[in-house]
Amino acid sequence: MFDLLGVSPQVLFGQLLLGLINGSFYALLSLGLAVIFGMLNVINFAHGALYMVGAFVAWLLLNYLGLGYWWALFLAPTVVGLVGMALEKTMLSRLYKLDHLYGLLLTFGLALILEGAFRHQYGVSGQPYPIPDLLKGGQNLGFMFLPNYRGWVVAASLIVCFGTWFAIERTRLGAYLRAATENPVLVQAFGINVPVMVSLTYAFGVALAGLAGVLAAPIYQVSPLMGSNLIIIVFAVVVIGGMGSILGAIVTGLGLGLMEGLTKVVYPEASNIVVFVVMAIVLLIKPAGLFGRER
Amino acid sequence: MTAASQATAATATATATATLRGPDAGTARTALLFVVGLTIAALAPFALYPVFVMKVLCFALFACAFNLLIGFAGLLSFGHAAFFGGAAYVTAHAVKVWGLPPELGLLLGTAAAALLGVLFGAIAIRRQGIYFAMITLALSQMVFFMALQLKFTGGEDGIQGVPRGVLFGVFDLTQPLTMYYAVLAVFVFGFALIWRAVHSPFGQVLKAIRENEPRAISLGYRTERYKLLAFVLSASLAGLAGGTKALVFQLASLTDVQWQMSGEVVLMTLLGGMGTLVGPVVGAGLVVTLESYLAATSLPVPVVIGAIFVVCVLLFRRGIVGEILARLPGRKA
Repeated sequence: MFDLLGVSPQVLFGQLLLGLINGSFYALLSLGLAVIFGMLNVINFAHGALYMVGAFVAWLLLNYLGLGYWWALFLAPTVVGLVGMALEKTMLSRLYKLDHLYGLLLTFGLALILEGAFRHQYGVSGQPYPIPDLLKGGQNLGFMFLPNYRGWVVAASLIVCFGTWFAIERTRLGAYLRAATENPVLVQAFGINVPVMVSLTYAFGVALAGLAGVLAAPIYQVSPLMGSNLIIIVFAVVVIGGMGSILGAIVTGLGLGLMEGLTKVVYPEASNIVVFVVMAIVLLIKPAGLFGRER
Repeated sequence: MTAASQATAATATATATATLRGPDAGTARTALLFVVGLTIAALAPFALYPVFVMKVLCFALFACAFNLLIGFAGLLSFGHAAFFGGAAYVTAHAVKVWGLPPELGLLLGTAAAALLGVLFGAIAIRRQGIYFAMITLALSQMVFFMALQLKFTGGEDGIQGVPRGVLFGVFDLTQPLTMYYAVLAVFVFGFALIWRAVHSPFGQVLKAIRENEPRAISLGYRTERYKLLAFVLSASLAGLAGGTKALVFQLASLTDVQWQMSGEVVLMTLLGGMGTLVGPVVGAGLVVTLESYLAATSLPVPVVIGAIFVVCVLLFRRGIVGEILARLPGRKA
């Protein structure tokens, strides 16, 4: 098989690993988008910017307060979640009765503000973030070398993704959430505080983006522009997977990451656009997306 | 109700009152406005820096083309930079490398944008609302990556030093004033085309689709075709604007195809007033003015642009022209 592709197994598995890591980020981000969309009917354009903020919070914690990676892993999503909650309470909540496009436009504006502000402050060049001591080094798996940190990123995001899936599909809180997605008025009539639940959902969704930012910081550099290009790919992922299913978002994210990695091996020039090509094909064959249902 | 229909409720009332007063009064006022606008535009280069006014006109046409989709068909495209920038590249390449005259360069650029519009439109109109926006954004990002990697676009450098040439073999576009009036003619042509489309039966069907697509289908309209045609028309005019911009600035670059450009045209239209004919022109003028003013200060442009976005969405969704129309005395019949 390797001879067929004309590449060494090291290169192939190396790129597949990179693809898997990208896919983990796609999965985490599209999961957050799907959770938010399910509850608020808002496509959160600021998701990429908040991912960037998550990475920057980690970097700032390290450089100004001396708090390391493990603190950041907990604190950065919290900070991003709180920012998200503030944004939801003050701005987004005013738009629920209007067309969904206004939510997209508002969050687009917010993304520009966040990105512009960080860019103004820190410039466009990336800031390095060290890998935590515990996860330095790597494992030789025989057919390839696996850096510990990259293995950790894939594992951590898989755990978070499936944890989220479990919480939404299999717990009582998740049942409330799903019920409120279907019929918020009725759920409120049963004595559940739906507005608070909506705020918390948004906060949780963007906290996932913040977490992805912290996980990404040691791999990619911390830069104000790290979110903007990613979010467009994640949008394509969401269109391909359809937003009806949580599991669909996770599977599509990972799958497309792998596909991107494979394209880098076979035909590197197309690796930037392969996700968009897949999106176009899926739309032609199954317009509602692979796991989607038309809303 | 869709986004645009809320924004255009004002225009609807305005049209309704105009009809109540008799069609002649409305037509006369429109004609008067048109003459006044044209006079101002014709005299503008004597009062302002011509390149600046030309930039405003190019973006105004771009925003008008975009508004045809969002304002009259209710489709929010977040990928119009692909048509604007794509046409800019094609026009620049045709004029500079192939040595074609500017009119043919513009024609090729517009045709390229139309072709791109057919391709993107056929894919994007399969989904609606928010998905439509995400799909157009993703497709335009694909064009961006292609512009980054293809040979003829010059990558990061873009295509520089595009010659303006001689229009129709008569008008020497290297003269600033000649160039200006050529741009003005292009703009008037584009604007008139949009005005005609909106006020035709085709435009009425688009509005029907915007308000209630299932009902339009049940009335026997093949809404897909109407939406696709509107999309292609909008893409072509955006391309015409992009090609003209490439001639004016003698440059086609990655800035023209970036997603920020798509966002900018959304802002121009939103700020001026979605679904009003003049709104995008006003919005484009304001945004271009603001940007050239901000360029001289140390304020970060994206932050200001983003803040205007937020304020527009939260406080005045009808845009400037929409608000004015809604508040004119005697129009709240």
